[in-house]
Amino acid sequence: MNKARIRWHILVFLAPAVLVYTAVMIFPLFNTLRLALYTRIEQERVFAGLDNFRTLFFDPIWAEQFWNALGNNFWFFLVHMLVQNPIGIALAALLSHPRLRFAALYRSAIFIPTILSFVIVGFAWKLILSPIWGIAPSMLDAVGLKSLFAPWLGKEEYALTTLALISVWQFVGIPMMLIYAALLTIPEEILEAGEVDGITGMPAFWKIKLPLILPSIGIISILTFVGNFNAFDLIYAAQGALAGPDFSTDILGTFMYRTFFGFQLQLGDPHMGSAIAGAMFAIILLGVCIYLFGIQTRMRRYQL
Amino acid sequence: MNRSTLKLALLSTTLVAGMAHAQDATLIIESWRNDDLTLWQDKIIPAFEAEHPGIKVKFTPSAPAEYNAVLNSKLDAGSAGDLITCRPFDASLALYQAGHLSDLSDLDAMSNFSDVAKSAWQTDDGSATFCVPMASVIHGFIYNKDAFEELGIEVPTTEAQFFAALDKIKEDGSYIPMAMGTNDQWEAATMGYNNIGPNYWKGEEGRLALIKGEQKLTDEAWVAPYATLARWGAYLGDGYEAQTYPDSQNIFTLGRAAIYPAGSWEISGFNTQATFEMGAFKPPVQNAGDTCYISDHTDIGIGMNAASSNPEAARTFLAWVASPAFAEIFGNALPGFFPLSKTPVALEDPLAKEFVSWRDQCESTIRSTYQILSRGTPNLENDTWGASVAAIKGTATPEELGQKLQAGLASWYEPQQ
Repeated sequence: MNKARIRWHILVFLAPAVLVYTAVMIFPLFNTLRLALYTRIEQERVFAGLDNFRTLFFDPIWAEQFWNALGNNFWFFLVHMLVQNPIGIALAALLSHPRLRFAALYRSAIFIPTILSFVIVGFAWKLILSPIWGIAPSMLDAVGLKSLFAPWLGKEEYALTTLALISVWQFVGIPMMLIYAALLTIPEEILEAGEVDGITGMPAFWKIKLPLILPSIGIISILTFVGNFNAFDLIYAAQGALAGPDFSTDILGTFMYRTFFGFQLQLGDPHMGSAIAGAMFAIILLGVCIYLFGIQTRMRRYQL
Repeated sequence: MNRSTLKLALLSTTLVAGMAHAQDATLIIESWRNDDLTLWQDKIIPAFEAEHPGIKVKFTPSAPAEYNAVLNSKLDAGSAGDLITCRPFDASLALYQAGHLSDLSDLDAMSNFSDVAKSAWQTDDGSATFCVPMASVIHGFIYNKDAFEELGIEVPTTEAQFFAALDKIKEDGSYIPMAMGTNDQWEAATMGYNNIGPNYWKGEEGRLALIKGEQKLTDEAWVAPYATLARWGAYLGDGYEAQTYPDSQNIFTLGRAAIYPAGSWEISGFNTQATFEMGAFKPPVQNAGDTCYISDHTDIGIGMNAASSNPEAARTFLAWVASPAFAEIFGNALPGFFPLSKTPVALEDPLAKEFVSWRDQCESTIRSTYQILSRGTPNLENDTWGASVAAIKGTATPEELGQKLQAGLASWYEPQQ
């Protein structure tokens, strides 16, 4: 006699989130992907299939810009992985040391740049590094290293790395906080058991703590990956839409913006812009899938 | 993703614009001239409102580099102002073709302008004019008169004198010879290449030949300016690679540099900033006695949003902009923006007078990349920015730059194929 009842309350509770998320995320995303399949000929929007992607990947002028932006994006990501995350982990390890004083102060101080606007960070660093008014040249001068100073943001060979390091400065607080939280969940008993067996200090970190925080490091890596491949703001605030000098700091985000909205005499092309946005989406999706299916499922977890 | 935030932002601006309706007709002007905000608010708008009670005008500028993108998005979303400040040539032509700008050919006051003045805002066949020409800007060099006197330098008229003067300033060491940076890129092209270039390609003659396909960017006349720019690098300040446009302006107005490669639009800003006397000289010619050519670039027009809810009031305003009364106020309120109307306007500012006097001595032309040639991909104007920077930094030879630009232009522009 018990018929399966429709549980209305589930639908009702889910509805607001589903509707809002669909309206502001899912619909624009698929509409962008759809826009990439069209082109404009003489004021008319015409279906063009995958032509835009063919242009993007195989037309020498477009392809050169695309691969340049993608390469720069990988370098941007690499700097974050090699500098930001190890420093974040090291800071977290130091902060979780039980005898460290003023831990809360350091924690807040290091985290504060994360909540600053990109525009503030971009302009502040541009001023700091300015060869004319900046304090960087005079500080280097004070310690007798003036010869090391170069107009970093204006040199093709340094500009991207400089911006990546600025971004690291801004966001190092995030891996630090996540790892710090993970470190706090490690039970004292395990560490004490290790001590009984003679594992203290650095070996305790490498052999006990690090394996236990590996899942958090994985999450941080994927967050860094998604964040970096979606990046746009800092480059735009510091170098403008042309991502100078000579496109050496051009990443997919700035390339997409320039194409989509146009720049100076270059008119915007929403269709090619959407194609680039589509390519960005595919790259990020691919990266996340590789992580989810290739790495996360194989990661060893320990029951604490 | 970023798109969703943008949509929200557009939606909210639409709501705000929608609420702005009042009994009086309120006209909103879109512009990239955020430097002129006070001039519009204090001089131009009150003068108009005094003559036309019942029409209120609001000047709402956005940052120059973002203007085109912001305006296009606003127009597509239907939230743009009633009056649109027009960039010259293709950017505005595209707006007209997309139906965003109204045809103003039937506006009586249009007869106040010469065909050359109107050419920047006409269809290719000249059948429709969609913006009222407001002003042109002239390129040249502004110099620190005190510095020149102190070092005993004569104002240079030929290139040899120009570089001799730079050498002398550099040798003395108390001033940076020339204030310009390459960080923002456009200065190198606008104040560099298109400033000195017309003397090489003989102004309109070369520019029109390039459009017709009779000359190529690999020709001597188009490559030689890059070779001259390559010599500039040695005279720019330390770390000029990371020097931005505002940096350059400040270095000059603080009296730390002797020469500033300029556009006349700097005049009003420099007048309030600089404490020393300034002079101007036109781009130096190669040999004494050569005909000089200057870039007298049609830069600003103003048109009407086709979707404006106050078309009558907007036309009234545009007719006023086309009148000599406006030219008088505008030319003197904004020294350095030279009115394009046929009636000559008496200017008071000495620096502005110096600039405008070159119109009688030299042949005028406009920037080489603006008409037709920046329609395709790759964009010739953007490429010229990069090429001018590369020339100054010395990262590519002038010949390589010419070949790269020519290859880019020929890839889409038929007359050059």
